[in-house]
Amino acid sequence: MEAPLLHLALVGTPNSGKTSLFNALTGSRQKVANYPGVTVERKEGFFVTPLGRQVSVVDLPGTYSLRGRSPDEEITRDFVLGKASGEATPDLVLCVADSTNLRLTIRLLLELKRTGRPMILVLNMFDIASRRGISVDVERLAKELGVPVVTSIAVRKGGTADLLNLTDEISAKLAAEPQENTWRALSVAELRATQREADRIITDCVSLPSRPDTWTARIDAVVLHPVGGLVVLAAILFVMFQAVFAWAQPLMELLNSGFDALGEFVHATLPAGLLQSFLQNGVISGVGSVIVFLPQIIIIFLFILLLEDFGYMARAAFLMDRIMGGAGLHGRAFIPLLSSFACAIPGIMATRVIDNKRDRLTTILIAPLMTCSARIPVYTLIISAFIPAKDVWGFINLQGLVMFGLYATGIVSALAVSFLIKFFMLRDYAPAPFMLELPDYKMPRLKSIAIGVTTRAKMFLHRAGTTIFSMMVLIWFLASFPQPPAGATEPAIDFSLAAIIGKAIEPLLAPVGFNWQIAVALIPGMAAREVAVAALGTVYAIEGGKEAAEQIGQVLATKWSLATALSMLAWYIFAPQCASTLAVIRRETGSWVWMATTFGYMLVLAYAASLVTYNVAVALGAG
Amino acid sequence: MTDTHDTRPHLPLGLAQRGYTGVIQHLSAKDTGSALSDIELESRLIELGFVEGARVEVLHEGLVGRDPIAVRVDNITIAVRRREAMAIIVA
Ligand SMILES: Nc1nc2c(ncn2[C@@H]2O[C@H](COP(=O)(O)OP(=O)(O)O)[C@@H](O)[C@H]2O)c(=O)[nH]1
Ligand SMILES: [Mg+2]
Repeated sequence: MEAPLLHLALVGTPNSGKTSLFNALTGSRQKVANYPGVTVERKEGFFVTPLGRQVSVVDLPGTYSLRGRSPDEEITRDFVLGKASGEATPDLVLCVADSTNLRLTIRLLLELKRTGRPMILVLNMFDIASRRGISVDVERLAKELGVPVVTSIAVRKGGTADLLNLTDEISAKLAAEPQENTWRALSVAELRATQREADRIITDCVSLPSRPDTWTARIDAVVLHPVGGLVVLAAILFVMFQAVFAWAQPLMELLNSGFDALGEFVHATLPAGLLQSFLQNGVISGVGSVIVFLPQIIIIFLFILLLEDFGYMARAAFLMDRIMGGAGLHGRAFIPLLSSFACAIPGIMATRVIDNKRDRLTTILIAPLMTCSARIPVYTLIISAFIPAKDVWGFINLQGLVMFGLYATGIVSALAVSFLIKFFMLRDYAPAPFMLELPDYKMPRLKSIAIGVTTRAKMFLHRAGTTIFSMMVLIWFLASFPQPPAGATEPAIDFSLAAIIGKAIEPLLAPVGFNWQIAVALIPGMAAREVAVAALGTVYAIEGGKEAAEQIGQVLATKWSLATALSMLAWYIFAPQCASTLAVIRRETGSWVWMATTFGYMLVLAYAASLVTYNVAVALGAG
Repeated sequence: MTDTHDTRPHLPLGLAQRGYTGVIQHLSAKDTGSALSDIELESRLIELGFVEGARVEVLHEGLVGRDPIAVRVDNITIAVRRREAMAIIVA
């Protein structure tokens, strides 16, 4: 008979290596979903032990205690206590410790013990501890704690072998000893006593000739320097945006010509008609024009994941805390806001690390102003069509500079909005505290970065295959039907539903310099920002025929004035063009009001920005 | 270096300069002006390792108002704002 699935849960302080351990155990057998009701990411993975036991393991949010100060920490507490709705109580809790820093984890473990759950203490990062001359009397520690202890090196091949064997050993005799849950929230006195007890045990079992990590000290001397640190931060962000624009270019061109060739092939093989038009203009050029941006999305996530794995993100929060505080933001908001450069959805979800409700709300409201990767296709298209690719001051690419300017505008306006919120809506409140561990720097690990980037790339492609694909079908349909009457001389699209809708909206958008083709493209752009590019491609392709499909950029350069192009860029900085973001805001704030507020203020900003941009540009002769 | 920690004047960590080293004497979460309640502030400080007897060193300061500070607490580094660090009495 097959033994039932064994449920493991990974618990530990932030940065103890839970995710690395999770990756080491499960490889790519992972499932990312949300806990019901809340949008805390739930990462579950599967593996088989050496003795063949099927195991499911959950990577829980990092925590210092079971008090549950934030939605993230509540999940961890409820999960361990078996109170999380729809979740099996874990059969075995793996308490993951950073071996170089045992004090906080041992105290957490003493608290966890009161839940009565069977548990293993995993002394992770044992390689680093050994290198620093820390030695642990594992047997004695296990005896003092009354919990099995095992060492592990999550990032080394075979570094979890002992843990796997111990899991087998323990799971064999699990059912025998059901224990009572006596946990309740610790009082200050109990907390202090627990820490004393933990410190006593550590003194007894661990010898600490601990040389501090000199590398971390040396890097921090520069990176946390009050002025130098900010220069480094600015430089990192600048390189990141240059990379997104410059490094991705060759790959994107390759993908582009690939899709062109495919379209050509379809054009040549199929007889002229609806099917040919659907495949070439709707599917290939539509979905293709979005997939082309995969390299840029990979690069931006690569940077974010590298910085996170390296340990820099907490430093960035430290540097930015007071500066963002001036705009009414919490230092911890820096990480969610930086993630929002990839996508506002994970960014908004990441605001759960901010435990104060008001700070969190402000961050959620401004996160969509950070330039997400879905805007990149729109920006890239317009920039490459209208901004010359020359160098300024000898080394900076002008297109990259404009891109940087767009990002900067997004950031500055986010800070301004936050300042206004603080000033007008949430005046009477003291700033929430900022307390954050600054972990030692670690060499980023290829494997975990690869897993992270692949997951994101898959999500993007999945979107391209579903949301974007269906939007493209819709656009193609609207742009193709009804068909023109026989003998008509105008382009076919002038008779279509798209033209009718677009022309109906056009008067509203005329003051900002948008034509009806843009109006049509903006509607499906609500489903996903990047669809606007594909939609423009489809509209102009059906209007202009085959040549137009090949180079949307060139077509735009002939059809739009520079003023319209700039106005479109300004629009995209602000426009609330993303239904999924709005849905996440609604879910995270639990309120339609905040969703409507976000939509409204962003729309007003977008219209105003485009209006000003367009009219200034026209006045300067770019009309 | 005859200066023992008993004879040194007590001061809140929130007032310490960069480079200061000392030992935590006690926590006093009252009247720090923190947005947290006294109990909550004290709990969080303990959870991050700020307990009596821990050695602390102020490693770094932020740009604006020399705030926040990065504090070495035994062998980890914690970033806190000076306002909350006022609750940590060191000598
Ligand atoms: N040398 C070494 N580094 C590790 C080990 N486990 C994790 N790391 C690194 O520690 C950092 C934090 O790990 P992560 O898994 O993200 O921690 P989490 O916050 O607990 O999920 C990452 O840079 C990892 O590469 C280990 O056993 N040895
Ligand atoms: Mg993690």
